[in-house]
Amino acid sequence: MKQLLAFIHKEFLHVFRDPKTMLLLFGLPIAQILLFGFALSNEINHSKIIVVDYARDASTRSIIEKVRASENFDLYGVFNDHQQIEETFKRGETKMAIVFPTNFNQDLIHSGYAEIQLITDASDPNTATTLVNYFNMLLLDYQRELIEVQEMPFNINLSLRNIYNPELEGTTNFVPGVMALVLLLVCVLMTSVAIVKEKELGTMEILLVSPFHPFMVIISKVIPYLFLSIVNLIVILALSVFVLKLEIAGSLILLFGVSILLILAALSLGILISNVTNNQQTAMLISLMGMLLPTLMFTGFMFPIENMPRFLQVISNIVPSRWYYIIVKNVMIKGLGFESIWKESLILAGMTVFLLLVSIKKFKIRLA
Amino acid sequence: MWDIRLQSVSKSYAKDAEKAVNDISLHVEEGKLFGLIGPDGAGKTTLFRILTTLILADSGTAQVGGYDVVKDFKVIRNSIGYMPGRFSLYQDLTVKENLRFFATLFNTSIQENYALIEDIYKQIEPFNDRRAGKLSGGMKQKLALCCALIHSPRVLFLDEPTTGVDAVSRKEFWGMLKNLKAKGITIMVSTPYMDEASLCEEIALIQEGNIMSVNTPDEIIDQYPEMLYAIKSKGMNQLLQELRNSELIATANSFGEYHHITLAKQGTKDLLIQALSHREDVELKSVRPTIEDCFINLMSNG
Repeated sequence: MKQLLAFIHKEFLHVFRDPKTMLLLFGLPIAQILLFGFALSNEINHSKIIVVDYARDASTRSIIEKVRASENFDLYGVFNDHQQIEETFKRGETKMAIVFPTNFNQDLIHSGYAEIQLITDASDPNTATTLVNYFNMLLLDYQRELIEVQEMPFNINLSLRNIYNPELEGTTNFVPGVMALVLLLVCVLMTSVAIVKEKELGTMEILLVSPFHPFMVIISKVIPYLFLSIVNLIVILALSVFVLKLEIAGSLILLFGVSILLILAALSLGILISNVTNNQQTAMLISLMGMLLPTLMFTGFMFPIENMPRFLQVISNIVPSRWYYIIVKNVMIKGLGFESIWKESLILAGMTVFLLLVSIKKFKIRLA
Repeated sequence: MWDIRLQSVSKSYAKDAEKAVNDISLHVEEGKLFGLIGPDGAGKTTLFRILTTLILADSGTAQVGGYDVVKDFKVIRNSIGYMPGRFSLYQDLTVKENLRFFATLFNTSIQENYALIEDIYKQIEPFNDRRAGKLSGGMKQKLALCCALIHSPRVLFLDEPTTGVDAVSRKEFWGMLKNLKAKGITIMVSTPYMDEASLCEEIALIQEGNIMSVNTPDEIIDQYPEMLYAIKSKGMNQLLQELRNSELIATANSFGEYHHITLAKQGTKDLLIQALSHREDVELKSVRPTIEDCFINLMSNG
């Protein structure tokens, strides 16, 4: 036990005395979360939108005027039929279409109820949602003005249709994606490099020629990085909540629990990599190449997995971050409990146990 | 009682590669200071790694302190100290931190075995808070030796401890080994420097994975089969050429200030002096061979 503590202490000294490691460990996640956060949550100005106006009455005119006046929108044109929408969407010229039905004004005055249809190009889901929100505000503004004049409750209903990506997969939910990416990358990279470093410096020779059990070498490598990864997780979550204003809807304990599961899986993967490489460069390359691309592609936060060819979907099943992403989305964004994620958690736990067993089994008690 | 025992041990790193260690048998008695002498690539490190349980031999058996290196590797790892050829401590930890770490790793403390390392540790103690990476070569070796000794091992393996260390530190280092030996530790040390061979009690000359001779340094020198002469004159380079071309000479090797030569069957000392009469300042004397002479002799005969 004393040996283990001394070893862990030593491991922390390594980390804290190497500015590069510190930067990688804490700078990378912070930079990523902020980059992703601001790149995706920035407001959108001057988006081209198209209006199809079947009513052409006073109400529609004043709403169109508001749209025209808004900083957020640029009016592409007002048309008489639906055909135009699909065409301009396909050419990428507009991002949203507003459709006023016939008798819009009449419905509104007589029944106090009218409907507007919004069609968005959801292939870029974040833009789509943002645009809908902008228009919603604009409409509320209009309704308030109406009430002032006519003292009668009006209700304009928005009927929303997203095309190309109706589920709005991967919208504001980039935080779970970044969490998966960062935890996986940092953990795999850190452990593999930490162990390979001992080999490269020759200290592994001395460690092996000591009564210290090789298994303990693994444990003492894993514990510091597990701890640092949890600190990392806290930093990411704090940034999401306080800087990016993302609320954590579900249980924090559950979130940490599954995150530790993923971290352990990643650490085991790192140990596995360290077994097959003998220098830090190779370890780094394998960790980055082997982790970055699959994680980016198969986690589902950049490219929806449902839209992938069948065989890629099958491959995505073996990427731990894919399951973690689903779990975090459910817990953090949707606020669901364990009953909704037990299947994914079980898969993740299975992967972790498998990787941990293999990495311990494969760990060499001798040099060659 | 034997502390190190090798029985026809062979090892090659790839299937059809040359053997790094070829059918080596060796015995080292308890409490001996044993030297493995040979050039780079002779197989010294491989032998060390087999004995320290770091790699497995292809064939043959080896025991350290009476324990088998394969079966009882855990016991052996408890009772030996090993200093690899490369400086293998944590460069980003300080002297004290390194020492304390290795002490704890071996389930002991600096205080417990302080007596053993005191002489050596005193010299680096002023640099206690300096990072190991910032020490000089000689200091690093001393620290590494301290770390290898901290658990009071029964057998100490030192792989080329003096390579890359200045002459003064080398001398000091051998002095320390003598002291350790006096404390009853069996020491196996390797070195490519032939002049260090005479500082060991017993040596093995090793070349291309084969052991050429095992004996005390004196015995090895006594077994040198020829009369050995040292010769010098003006123009040493031309002299060496001339000697090598001469029918009177069997071997001629440059050796610092002198050339060491052995005579061919038809050669005598007088004939040689006659043949060299055209050269200025010729000095010829018979000398006692050094280990290096023996090594060269064994190498050319093997």
